[in-house]
Amino acid sequence: MKGQVSINNDMKKNPSKFFEVIKTMVSKPSGLIGLSIVCFHILLAIFSPLITPHDFKAINPSLMLLPPSSEYWFGTDHLGRDVFTRTILGGRVAILVTFFGSLIALTWGGLLGIFCGLVGGKIDDIVMRIVDAFLAIPWILAMLLIVSILGTSITVLIPALGLFYGKGIVRVARAATHDVIAKDFIVSARARGHSNFSIIWNEILPNVRDAILVEGAMRWSWMLLGFSSLSFLGFGVSPPTPDWGLMISNARGLMSFAHWAVLAPITCLSSLIIGINLSADAFAKALGIDRTTKAPV
Amino acid sequence: MNDIIQQIRNLSIGFKSKQGKEISILRKIDLNIKKGETVGIVGESGSGKSTLALAMMGFVKQGLFTIDGECKFENLNLLKMNNKDLEKIRGRKIAMIPQNAGQSLTPNLKIGYQIEEALKLHTKLDTNQRQKKISELLNKVRLPSPETIALRYPHELSGGQQQRVAIAMALAGNPNLLLLDEPTTGLDVTTQAHVLEVLKDIANDTGTSMVYVSHDLGAIAQVSDRVVVMYAGEIVLEGPVRKILKDPIHPYANGLLKSIPKLSLKGLPSSMPGSQPQSDKLGTGCSFYERCNISTEKCKKNSPGLEYLNEIDVNVRCFNFNDLRDFDETTELKNNEFSEKKNTKEVLKLNNLSISYAKQNFVDQFLGRIKDSNPTVKDINIEISKGETLSLVGESGSGKSTILKSIAGLLKIKDGKIFFNEKDFLSDDLKARSSDNLRAIQLIFQNPDESLNPSHTVEEILSQPLKLYFNLQGDKLKKNISDLLQKVRLGDFYMQRYPRQLSGGEKQRVAVARAFAANPDIILCDEVTSALDVSVQAAVLDLLKKLKRDFNTTYIFVSHDLAVVKAISDRVAVLYQGRLCEIGLSESVYKFPSHPYTEVLLGAVLEPDPDIKPRLIAEDIVEERPPEKGCTFQGRCPRIIGDKCKNETPPWQIGLNGHAIRCHIEINELDRLQKKEFLNGQQE
Amino acid sequence: MFFLISKRVALGLITLFIVSLITFIGVEVLPGDACTVYLEREAYGDALAACYKRLGLDIPSYERYLIWATNTLQFDFGFSLSGQMPINEVLGPRIKNSMVLAITAILIGIPFALVLGIITALWRDKMPDIIISSLAIFSMTIPEFISSTLLILIVAIWLGWLPGIVIVPSDVTVMELLSNIILPVIAISMIMTAHMLRMVRSSVIQVMASDYVQMSILKGVPYWRMVFKHVLPNALLPAINVVALTIAWLLGGVVVTEVVFNYPGLGRLVIESISNRDLPVVQALALILASIYVGINLIADLLTLALNPRLKTLQTRK
Repeated sequence: MKGQVSINNDMKKNPSKFFEVIKTMVSKPSGLIGLSIVCFHILLAIFSPLITPHDFKAINPSLMLLPPSSEYWFGTDHLGRDVFTRTILGGRVAILVTFFGSLIALTWGGLLGIFCGLVGGKIDDIVMRIVDAFLAIPWILAMLLIVSILGTSITVLIPALGLFYGKGIVRVARAATHDVIAKDFIVSARARGHSNFSIIWNEILPNVRDAILVEGAMRWSWMLLGFSSLSFLGFGVSPPTPDWGLMISNARGLMSFAHWAVLAPITCLSSLIIGINLSADAFAKALGIDRTTKAPV
Repeated sequence: MNDIIQQIRNLSIGFKSKQGKEISILRKIDLNIKKGETVGIVGESGSGKSTLALAMMGFVKQGLFTIDGECKFENLNLLKMNNKDLEKIRGRKIAMIPQNAGQSLTPNLKIGYQIEEALKLHTKLDTNQRQKKISELLNKVRLPSPETIALRYPHELSGGQQQRVAIAMALAGNPNLLLLDEPTTGLDVTTQAHVLEVLKDIANDTGTSMVYVSHDLGAIAQVSDRVVVMYAGEIVLEGPVRKILKDPIHPYANGLLKSIPKLSLKGLPSSMPGSQPQSDKLGTGCSFYERCNISTEKCKKNSPGLEYLNEIDVNVRCFNFNDLRDFDETTELKNNEFSEKKNTKEVLKLNNLSISYAKQNFVDQFLGRIKDSNPTVKDINIEISKGETLSLVGESGSGKSTILKSIAGLLKIKDGKIFFNEKDFLSDDLKARSSDNLRAIQLIFQNPDESLNPSHTVEEILSQPLKLYFNLQGDKLKKNISDLLQKVRLGDFYMQRYPRQLSGGEKQRVAVARAFAANPDIILCDEVTSALDVSVQAAVLDLLKKLKRDFNTTYIFVSHDLAVVKAISDRVAVLYQGRLCEIGLSESVYKFPSHPYTEVLLGAVLEPDPDIKPRLIAEDIVEERPPEKGCTFQGRCPRIIGDKCKNETPPWQIGLNGHAIRCHIEINELDRLQKKEFLNGQQE
Repeated sequence: MFFLISKRVALGLITLFIVSLITFIGVEVLPGDACTVYLEREAYGDALAACYKRLGLDIPSYERYLIWATNTLQFDFGFSLSGQMPINEVLGPRIKNSMVLAITAILIGIPFALVLGIITALWRDKMPDIIISSLAIFSMTIPEFISSTLLILIVAIWLGWLPGIVIVPSDVTVMELLSNIILPVIAISMIMTAHMLRMVRSSVIQVMASDYVQMSILKGVPYWRMVFKHVLPNALLPAINVVALTIAWLLGGVVVTEVVFNYPGLGRLVIESISNRDLPVVQALALILASIYVGINLIADLLTLALNPRLKTLQTRK
């Protein structure tokens, strides 16, 4: 009808946001590749125990360092163990630890960041200064110290990693909160007399959630990197549990004549990290978050 | 034909959508710019005017490309030239004055350096001559003490000063053509008028051609010889300025001019329904068909071409322009409702209100008191009756928004009290206010993009106040929301929309609906139409007026636009640097006698009529703080009578109908002087 | 201006103070103490008592903290249990070695990062950018131990161009070091350069999209002049912070790389001292590395202050 207020042409219902995001992510090649890699590794981690051709702990000195064959697809390592089996099992602990570690980092980093952003003023300054001080201490040193004294069980690793990697999220959450607080719709809610809790829950959180999630995804990849470094140094997973970092550490001395033992875990670990990075980037783009100005990766 | 310096033929510029479709931002533009003339290009946002201006420099933004046509300057097609050749023309033959000068000056280079750079590139002057020329240019744009300015960085200058520097920089190369893209948007009323004066003088002195792009018809009226009206990427009307602005024969231009509030007219202007179609939604028919009231079936299917009317030297794109009734504003006026009898019950009283932004030292903060001998806002005494619309008017720094925020409870009050409904004392602490008080006073903000939560649907946004104040749930809640949407003329299908899917006007309607959801007694409107397109403004003002009638709400309306204020207000209060200068009925304030500041403000208003010229009475100095004693306006007052104004606070003088002016000059004397000077000015 | 500088310095010192507290308390709350941790199964009797005496652990914590803090301010970091010598003597050569590595990497890395960053930004999304950026992202996401290991595998083992592992003792002269450290320097620079390059790239891209750059184009400023006068000064300012952070990382975070190449620097000392359970050394290292981090950030902050016209003029023109 003419003369009426203009009718918006796309009158279909807004589809569920989750599927929208996934669809956008896979529409670009980088996102598709990234997401595929991540899904592949997660499925591998879940189902690998069912498809191992050999026992990962079976030590057999006579079979030491055999090159890839039809029996041992990736050859054997310095203790005669099947590299293929150990490789497909190698990601399980790493993915488990870093995934839950990321969740912890997200939670405490997000909460603290939002808190600082809301409270502002002196308290914000003081808390950020303490966080800065924590950031100043090299994380490897601190992690190694903690692990060397408290042990390398999962119950130590997950919280410790979560603690140290949450710092990056605090900054992002705080900045996102600062952005949102200045907006008029928050002032509007305050002026109407909504309770502080209601404002935080209804108005602020939905708007900072996206930025925090994206940063959390990136943190996962950094944490994986860090965890494998720990394993490499011998402070992560304890043998005989297979782990890519540990495998690389063991095999590198023998690289000159047994490179298969080191290349297989390297490929797996690198591909997973790259996959998470690509996915996180695509995730950010799909949510409309511009990371080019905030983060170099 | 050799006095044409720029020729645009059949120009179409656009982009490729994600689906690969070609979408046009400019469609088949034909335009000639003659030597020495100023052409005003008028359009609302999305009309393509900025793209056209940039194309005249051979510049096409990233992501856009030339679909067809050419843009010739001195017989060279700018759009096909390479960058090296364009560098020779840009800044030298054609210069641009950008919209936001503050953002357009390189922050790490001093002003003098940036102007000298232009001189180095485009003139053959040596170092000494360049230094002299810099001073000359800065003087030309009326910047005081050019030597000091040249040593400053861009961020150290005010908005008006930055704009003048941009003009000086553009003039450095002695261009034949100046392109100006909204050069006065965002500047204060008085600054705007001054900058336009400078531009007019330059055009007259140097014979430079100018292309002035703007949505502000008042500014266009003042500088242009010819006017081009753009709509949805096309030129719909073009001709001499008087013909276009006083008797527009295209239905869009006609509607647009009618929808602008003017000082010379009473009441609210009529508004055009609908909004400008987006570039990807254009069909085969006329782009204005949906909103036109003289359209026919032919218009729906066929797109009219540009027809040249010889007798009046006008190009018009319409099949039925002859059907347009005579442009007669008095017959189109809406009913003026000033004369309605209102409740004289007092609903809000600001009593000796003072607000300060000064940082308090630790002790004072701890004790919760505010010490400031010269607060931002001081001694505000206003009584507002139920059902009336009171406007607070002033430029930036006037304190009008500050007062509004303190009424809303968002700012701490230094001194004074606010009374609600005669007895209730309104605390400046939101938590101390009763739930009913919170419900009774609602806010609408300036920028609809920021005042709606982007992660909420319209339904969620409107349910917030309904749930908070009335505890509505389920079906009742939904019905209420539906009713609200209807009242602001939006359908039910808007409920599931997110703010990013709505236009500016639609978003503001939702904000209005949200304010009314609480069934408030008072609504505080903070520059609610300033961020909207011209034609949408009128529709929102109309909506506000209708709703007021239905709900008998009181409005406190803050704006810097005097014409809008006149159209909607019952009473007006004029503020300068946080102090009240004048308050009274709308018709009293807009007539003499006026406070000298009001006189300056009214004089600076740009009417969309080339024959009504602004009167520049005072300099546009930006004052940082109000003076410690005496009259606030002493720094700029053209009628200052000496030390009395500097030392003694001027008394309130009451005129007819409760019209109050705060000035040392006796009110009748003021009246006499102002009327005399006005008549003299008319005769010049 | 002076006020701003002193404010920043004061804040830096406060951060350092908090760091020292965290380091000290962190070690205190871990189960056991330096002696029991070091002596492990032999932690009893005379050996334990002697150890306590040597390290001064027989006095209450807060006193110990004060003594330790005042000592560190005078550059006396305590006594190393595993080396049986003052920590300073242990640190000396290690710091020298790490500095050599760091400075070499910086001298190579920073110019490369700047140039490559600018190139990838100006030729955005074209071949140079795609290649360089992909390599950079690769460098950044692959763990250091992998890239270092691969480097050794390819360059030292398969191609045999350079020695893989550093087999020199820690107290060797600078010149002798230099010829041995090419591979470690490459490994570190790769990562460092990648990080800085990306930051420079995004900063330049952001500035190129600004209104004032568009204005300078419309003013007729030739391309390269615009890049050097209008773009770079504004784009590189925020890059100072990232450069600072990267340098700070260089000096303490290269633990893994030093282990892979067996380089006798501070990083390897971290691993050694933790493996040896030599807590005093660990504590000292934590403090030193953190101080370097804070110090470099402070310098970056002050540098930014001095170069940013907005902040410069805020104080001087009143």
